[in-house]
Amino acid sequence: MNEPWIILPVVVHLASAIIMMLLLGQQTTVVRYFSVAVNVVGLLIAAYFFNQTLDGKVLLMKAGNWDAPFGIVFAADLFSWLMVLLTSISALAVSIYSGAAISYARTRYGYFAAFHFLIMGLNGAFLTGDIFNMYVWFEIIIISSFVLITLGGEKAQLEGAIKYVAMNLLASVLFLTATGVLYGLAGTLNIADLSIKVAAIENRGLVNLVALLFLAGFGIKSAVFPMYFWLPASYHTPPAAVSAIFGGLLTKVGVYALIRVFTLIFIPDTQLTVILSIIAGMSIVSGALGALVQKQLHKVFSYFIICHIGYMISGLAMFNYAAFLGTVFYLTHDIIVKTNLFMMGGVIRKLKGSYMLSSLKGVYAQYPKLSILFAVVLFSLAGIPPLSGFWPKIFLFQSAFDLQQYALLAAIIFGSFITLFVIAKVWAEVFWKNTSDESPEQLPVPIEEWTLRQKLLLIGPVVFLAAVSLFIGFGAEQVILVCSKIAAQLADTSTYVEAVLGQDYINSLKP
Amino acid sequence: MELLLAIATGVLYAGGIYMLLRRSLVKMIIGLMLIGNGANLLIFLLGRITRSSPPLIGAEEKILSGIYADPIPQALILTAIVIGFGLQAFAIVLIKKIYAVLETDDMDSMTSTDLDI
Repeated sequence: MNEPWIILPVVVHLASAIIMMLLLGQQTTVVRYFSVAVNVVGLLIAAYFFNQTLDGKVLLMKAGNWDAPFGIVFAADLFSWLMVLLTSISALAVSIYSGAAISYARTRYGYFAAFHFLIMGLNGAFLTGDIFNMYVWFEIIIISSFVLITLGGEKAQLEGAIKYVAMNLLASVLFLTATGVLYGLAGTLNIADLSIKVAAIENRGLVNLVALLFLAGFGIKSAVFPMYFWLPASYHTPPAAVSAIFGGLLTKVGVYALIRVFTLIFIPDTQLTVILSIIAGMSIVSGALGALVQKQLHKVFSYFIICHIGYMISGLAMFNYAAFLGTVFYLTHDIIVKTNLFMMGGVIRKLKGSYMLSSLKGVYAQYPKLSILFAVVLFSLAGIPPLSGFWPKIFLFQSAFDLQQYALLAAIIFGSFITLFVIAKVWAEVFWKNTSDESPEQLPVPIEEWTLRQKLLLIGPVVFLAAVSLFIGFGAEQVILVCSKIAAQLADTSTYVEAVLGQDYINSLKP
Repeated sequence: MELLLAIATGVLYAGGIYMLLRRSLVKMIIGLMLIGNGANLLIFLLGRITRSSPPLIGAEEKILSGIYADPIPQALILTAIVIGFGLQAFAIVLIKKIYAVLETDDMDSMTSTDLDI
């Protein structure tokens, strides 16, 4: 079956980005409303297809009606649609937030056009079933993120941007090299076809080498242990809205690619499992320790990204059904909460005029209602039951106990503990302590001076995402239902492979 | 021919990584360009270099016959070259802008975002 409509999440954002390019330099207010409208449409499309694939179906779009291994296919199973759905939710929240958080100057130079190109790239990467096509989507993602991170041209932004640009270009070259070698080995680029053909290759040393190249390429993009140093140096430099979309989605697309590649193409052997476990454990520990010593709010959040990427990789390292369930659930929770965290940071900065923990004091005394909202966000991240961060950890713990991976288990517990400690520290410093005399970097704008539009556009999306993460926490049963289907599909990929290639082709490959 | 291309690929990668490790931004960008070209050559090499006919099916035939060149690596390289061109153009404009704002070309002096932890 050819289902051409699954390309819609890509096309909608492409078309809107082109229209926004035509409006460059004028009509900034129109562009803001237009962006929100497009994101609502994107969310509806994602929800429709997500609902379609709930029964485990794999939707296929064959470019030019060429059958799977010969043409480029878009193969979208439940995992892809879950990611597209989460992307759409985050994108909607950030586009509303950007309406008030991004200056007219940045909007005039194409902020929203780059934003929609970025969402297009993310959706494309989640939906594609072809490894080289995925490379192209990754390039679209990075070039639009380059525009977003440099837009405005402030000194700090440019310093952060050069590190971000250099590391991402290097990661792309590694990804391209790995793809080239993989094509030389297997003679195909379709992920499902590769899953059959790579398994049959006898020279396992070479296959593992290619797997390591993919691990390095995606590892730089998803900021795992030895390759994360660009992230805390760059993610805090752009405006909060940009950091929100970066922190929520850009590293997660790397994790998604790692999960796809390592469940379908390279099933980890003992050696690779050890490497993945070390990477996961060290990411958790070093990210947590990094967050511990930071003195600025958004840098603490940057280190949390690294720490929590480690959890997802640990699920991949343990490689069984329960671990996949934990990973997918963590991904679901993390995209929403991390996006919200950076948006919340932006609101606090506007209220108090600073990101420094030392000059941020007494938020609770001044704004008790807002503090309750922020508490939901912060404690969801820490994973205090029954909030959303708690549930996926159960599955990771369970799986680590089953496999007797006690070192990994210790790292996970240590990471959770430090996360909780740092959140408590942030809470005490920012919300509870008495107002400090330290003068902030910029003029604080108390909420009484905000216009109604600013209140709606800046606090509305935080409330929206907090509600989503409350749903993930309290409606965990439903989320677990969806994630368990995905975990089953990841543990047994034969349905995916069969749906993409067709039974006739698979039979023809058998000797 | 394969050996020559393999050596060229290796030299491009080695030179690219060496240049990437320099502190100067211009040299870093040159390194990225070299390594990108190395990757393109590698794909070309791994698509098997053969002395053969283009992959065209004649008017009377149904399938390809004889030895034919694999068109996919060339399509991949073409895509990668175009993407690489765009990214390198962006990177060059970026370092020009960085030089205008920070008045330095040295990576070691771009640490103000890392300083106060």
